[in-house]
Amino acid sequence: MYVGNYGKDPGLGRAGVRSWPYHLLVLCVLLNPFTPLSLTFLKMRRMDLISFQRCHVLCSLYPLAMGLLLDSHRRRALARLLLRLNTPLCVVSYVAGVVWFLALAFSPLTQNTYISENAMGSTMVEEQFEGGEHALSYARDFIAQRRKTGNLPVAWLERTMRSVGLEVYSQSFSRTLPFPDETHERYMVSGTNVYGILRAPRAASTESLVLIVPSSPGTLNAQAVGLLLSLAAYFRSQIYWAKDIIFLVTEHDLLGTEAWLEAYHDVNITGMQSSALRGRAGAIQAAVALELNSDVVTSLDVAVEGLNGQLPNLDLLNLFHAFCQKEALLCTLQGKLQHSDWASLGGSLHGLQTLMLMVLRQASGRPHGPHGLFLRYHVEAITLRGINSFRQYKYDMTAVGKTLEGMFRKLNNLLERLHQSYFFYLLPSLSRFVSIGLYMPAIGFLLFIPGLKALELWVKLNKVDFSPEEQLGPLQLVGQDVRGVALTPLVAPVLISQATGLALYLLPVMGQHVAAQHFPVAEAEAVVLTLLAIYVAGLALPHSTHRVVSSTPRGPDSGWMALKLLALLYLALQLGCISLFNFSLGFLLAVTMVPAAALTQPSGPRLLYAVLLVLVSPGATLLGSLFLWRELQEAPLTLAEGWQLFLGALAQGVLDHHLYGALLFPLLSLGLYPCWLLFWNVLFWK
Amino acid sequence: MEQVQFLGPGMDPVSENRPHPVPSGESLHWLTLGEVSHGGQQCFLVSALWAPGMKAGPPQPAGSLPLALAPLSTFSKRPLSTAVLEALSAEESSKARNLENRLEIDGFPPSPLVVKDFIVLRGLCSPALGRPGQLLNGHTNNWAVLVCTSRFWFNYRHVANTLSVYRSVKRLGIPDSHIVLMLADDMACNPRNPKPATVFSHKNMELNVYGDDVEVDYRSYEVTVENFLRVLTGRVPPSTPRSKRLLSDDRSNILIYMTGHGGNGFLKFQDSEEITNVELADAFEQMWQKRRYHEMLFIIDTCQGASMYERFYSPNVMALASSQVGEDSLSHQPDLAIGVHLMDRYTFYVLEFLEEIHPASQANMNDLFQVCPKSLCVSTPGHRTDLFQRNPQNVLITDFFGSVRKVEITTERVALKPDPSSLGYSHLKCQKDEELTEPLNYAEQLPVAQIIHQKPKQKEWHPPGGFILGLWALILMVFFKTYGIKHMKYVF
Repeated sequence: MYVGNYGKDPGLGRAGVRSWPYHLLVLCVLLNPFTPLSLTFLKMRRMDLISFQRCHVLCSLYPLAMGLLLDSHRRRALARLLLRLNTPLCVVSYVAGVVWFLALAFSPLTQNTYISENAMGSTMVEEQFEGGEHALSYARDFIAQRRKTGNLPVAWLERTMRSVGLEVYSQSFSRTLPFPDETHERYMVSGTNVYGILRAPRAASTESLVLIVPSSPGTLNAQAVGLLLSLAAYFRSQIYWAKDIIFLVTEHDLLGTEAWLEAYHDVNITGMQSSALRGRAGAIQAAVALELNSDVVTSLDVAVEGLNGQLPNLDLLNLFHAFCQKEALLCTLQGKLQHSDWASLGGSLHGLQTLMLMVLRQASGRPHGPHGLFLRYHVEAITLRGINSFRQYKYDMTAVGKTLEGMFRKLNNLLERLHQSYFFYLLPSLSRFVSIGLYMPAIGFLLFIPGLKALELWVKLNKVDFSPEEQLGPLQLVGQDVRGVALTPLVAPVLISQATGLALYLLPVMGQHVAAQHFPVAEAEAVVLTLLAIYVAGLALPHSTHRVVSSTPRGPDSGWMALKLLALLYLALQLGCISLFNFSLGFLLAVTMVPAAALTQPSGPRLLYAVLLVLVSPGATLLGSLFLWRELQEAPLTLAEGWQLFLGALAQGVLDHHLYGALLFPLLSLGLYPCWLLFWNVLFWK
Repeated sequence: MEQVQFLGPGMDPVSENRPHPVPSGESLHWLTLGEVSHGGQQCFLVSALWAPGMKAGPPQPAGSLPLALAPLSTFSKRPLSTAVLEALSAEESSKARNLENRLEIDGFPPSPLVVKDFIVLRGLCSPALGRPGQLLNGHTNNWAVLVCTSRFWFNYRHVANTLSVYRSVKRLGIPDSHIVLMLADDMACNPRNPKPATVFSHKNMELNVYGDDVEVDYRSYEVTVENFLRVLTGRVPPSTPRSKRLLSDDRSNILIYMTGHGGNGFLKFQDSEEITNVELADAFEQMWQKRRYHEMLFIIDTCQGASMYERFYSPNVMALASSQVGEDSLSHQPDLAIGVHLMDRYTFYVLEFLEEIHPASQANMNDLFQVCPKSLCVSTPGHRTDLFQRNPQNVLITDFFGSVRKVEITTERVALKPDPSSLGYSHLKCQKDEELTEPLNYAEQLPVAQIIHQKPKQKEWHPPGGFILGLWALILMVFFKTYGIKHMKYVF
C-alpha cells in the first residue's frame, strides 16, 4: 500500500515499528567501503584531516542528492527545466564539441612531444654507418635478380643474408582473396618471406627488434632491400646488441607481413595458409618498416595509423623525430612539412590540416603500411617512406641508414616494452601532440546530445510528469499502464533493420558469383554493386512496418518517440564504444549523424530531414571523407574520380575486413547502418 | 719515519709481527695505554699484553678503567722493534708509569698479564690530536659502505660513481674486508656495453674504475633497503659471511656513500622500493646506540640530496649532498661511444679531488666542501656539520677515506720497572673483578637532547573520531526519517 504514498510524506512514525532492521541497515551503511578506506588513509597519514573531512562530506552528500531526485516535486521541476532548456543545450553542446575539436590544433591544447622512456631519453648514440654505397649496389643486384626470376629472388636474398652473417629462414604462404582485388590486381596470391636473424652476441634471445621491407611487384622497394642488407652487415660487426634483430623482406606487402606475423605468433586468424617459421628470436619489442624506391630521398614520411586506428606508442614517433632533428633530415607527417612558426595562426591552421588528415586516415581503420599489422600484436611499429620530390637538397642512403642505426641502437637500450608515453593521441605535427584527455571532451559534448534528447523523449513518454499536479493523484494512476514505453511496436523495425545490416554484411561476398553469372560484371564489381544495391534498398524496405504488429495506440506520438528513444540510445552507445578505441571514427560519425538523428521526427519539414539523413548516412560520410581527404592533400577530386575512388574504397574496406580483420566494414554494416535505418524509420512513421 | 698501518678489529695478528711468542691457545692483545707528549708531538703508548689462560676475544674492560681498549690492533708491516720509554723526558716517563700504575690501582688484573713492551708511536696526525685524551676519542679503524641504488643500462653513471669512490677508498688504504660495496653489478657485463668488462668514469676511456679486483658484496637484486639497513645496524642473519657485514665498533670511522635516483626525502632502490630520510636517520641512531661508529661521514649524490640528511639527529655525523632540496643533480661526461653519461657531476669532481689525495695529505673536510662549486655542479652541494663534534677544518680527508695513520717508532729504549707488588694479585681476584664489572657507561659525547631541541609540531585540530561516525549516523538517520525505508530501492 505504500504505492499510494508516492510523493507524499511517508510518515515519521513508521520507523519505530520495525526498528531493528532499520538499525541494522544504518549499521551496514556505516560499514560501507568509505569508512574503513578513510580510516586507513587516516592511519597512513597520507591524507590530512581536512581532505578526509571533505571526502566524508562528499560521501554524505550522496544520500542527500538521491533525496533530491526521489522527491517527486523537485523531480518534476527538474524535468520541466530539462524540457525547456533541451534545444538550446543541444545546440550549445554541438557547437562546443565541434569548436573543441577545431581548437585541438591550437596551442593550449597541443603539447610539445618529448621522449618519456628513460632508457631511450637519457642514452646517447653515435651513428657510424657508412654503407650507403654498399646499399645501392645491393639494390642494383636485387633489381637484376628480380628481373631474372620474375618474383622475389629468394635464393639470392638467402645467400646474401647468409654472407653477411645472419641466420636465414624463409616462409612461404598462399591466400585466395574473397574476390579479386582490382587495385592490386591479385586474386590467388602465393609468395615467400625471407628473414635473417642477427643474434645478440652477449644476450639471451628473449627480445627482438624487426626491420621490415615489403617488396611486391608494384612497389619493389629495391633501395630499401639494399639498405636492409647493408645495415645487417654493419649491425653484425657491432657487439653492443642486447636484442636480436630480425631483417625481414616480405612479398605482397601486407599479405606477406600478415602471414609472417601470424606464423611468428603461432596463430591463424585470417585464414592464411603459410608454412611454419623455423627460427624465432623472442618477443618483438618494436618494428620499423621501410619503403624506399629511389637512390636519394628528399624527405622521409612517417605513417603511424595502424589497423582499426591503433597507434604505436608515441615514444617511437618521438624517437624518429629526435633522429630527424639530429641528422637534419626533412621529415613529414601525412605528407605535410612542419610549419616553422607554431604560435602563428598560419602554423595552427597548418597543424589543423595535418590533424584532419590524421583523423581521416585513422578513421579509415586501414593499416597504412606494414607497421599497422604489428600493432595488433602489441608490437610498437612505424613505417618510414622515402619521398623523392623536386626539392634541391637530397639525402643519400647513408643519411637514412644513420637514422635507422640510431633508432635501432636506442631501441636496443630498451628494458621493457615501450609504455611510458601515450598510446592515444592526435598529431597536428611531428613535434606536437594532443593527448587523449584533451580530445575526448569533443566527443563527449557530441554524445551529450543523444543523451539529452533521449531524456526529453523519456520525460515526454512518461506523461505523469507533464500533467498538472492535481491530476497526479497517484491512486488514480495505479493499475493504469500509461507510463512507460510499449516495446512491441518496436520489434519489427529493429529486426528488419538489423536483418538488412546482416544482409549488407554477408550478401555481397556470398553472392558475387551469382551476380557475376547473371549480370555482365566482374566479381569485384559485383561485390561493390551488390553492396550499394542492398544499401539503397534498405531505405525503401523497412518503414511503416510497425503497423503490422502495433495494435493498441497509446497516443499519437508514442510509437515513433519510443523508436527514436531506442535509436538514440543505440547510437550513443555505439558511438561511445567506437570512440573509445578509434576516436577519429567515432568523432566523424558523431559529428555527422548526431544532429540529423536529433532532429529527425515524422512531422515538420520531412523532406529536408530526409535529405539531411541521407547526407549523413555512413556511406555518404565515407564519400564525403574521401573528398575532404583529397581536398586537404591539395589534390581535389572531380565528381567522377571521387565516385571511382568511392567504389574502390568500398571494395578495399570489404577486403581489409576479410584479409586483415579490419573492423570498419562490420561496424558500419552491422551497427551503424541498422541504427541509421531506425532513424529513417522514425522519419517515415505514420 | 715508518708508516704503520693499523688494521681493524677482527684481524688476526700476523704471527711474525709478534714480539714474543705467545703460548698456543692464548691470545695476544694490544692495549692502548694512553698518550704522552714527546718533543711537542703526540705519542701513543701501546702495550702488548697477553694473559695466560685467557682465550681469544677482547679483554673484558674493568669497571672504571680509564683506559680505552684498542680492540685487537696490530701491525702488519714489520716486526715490532722493542720500544723504550727511556728516552722520554722524566715527566713523560712518569706519566707513562702513572698509566701503568693506574692500571694496577684500578684493578686491572696485572698479575696474569705480562707487560712486555711499550711501543711509542709518535703520531703525525692533525693538531686535533694534540688535545689530551684525544686518543681515547679517536678512531682506530675505518669502514666504508658504498651503495649504488640504481640498476639498468641507462643508470651507468651511478655504478661509475660508486666504483670511483670505491677505487679512492681502496687506494687510500681501506681493505676490501672493510668495504661493504652494494652494487647492481650490471654494467661491465651488460650486453649493451661496447667495451665489455669495463666501467669508465672519464670520457675517452681515460679511467676505468672497474679495475681488476672489484669485490662486490651485495650484487644486483641483493641491493635492497632491507639489506642496507641490516648491514648498517648489524642485524644480519647468522649465516652472513664476514665480507657482507659491517663489523665496526665504537672506534670506527665510517664512510657511507649513496647514489641513485631520489626525491625530496627519499632515495629509490632499484625501481621497487625506497628509503626515506627518516628511516636513514633512525638507522644511524641505532648504530650510535649500538656503538657501531665513532664518527660518520655521509655522502649522497642524488637529486634533492640535502633532504636525505636533514633528519639526522645522531651525534658525530657529518653529511654532504650533491644538491639542495628542489634541485636536480646533473650528470656529466656524456660518452657517445659507450652511449651513456659516465658519471654525475658531483661525484666526478669529488673523484678528481680524491685522486689528488695521498695518505699523508693534510687536506681537510673544508676542502671537500669546496670541490664542486655551483659553477661546476650546476646544483648546489650542501653539507651539514652541526652534529659533528670537531671543526671540519681539523678533520682530515684520510680520517674517512683512508685507513692510513702515520706513526713514528722510536728506536730509543724505555726502561720499565715492574712493580713487584703487582705480581701479588691473584687470579681469583681478577675473576671476581670481572664478575663485579658493571656495564660500562658510554661517555656522553654529545648532548643530543639539547642539540635536537625541535619543538613538537603542533597538531592540527580535528574532530574526534567518533564525531565523523556520529555525523554519518545523523545524516543517515535524517535521511531515513524523512524518506522512509522503502525508498532505499531508489538508492540502490
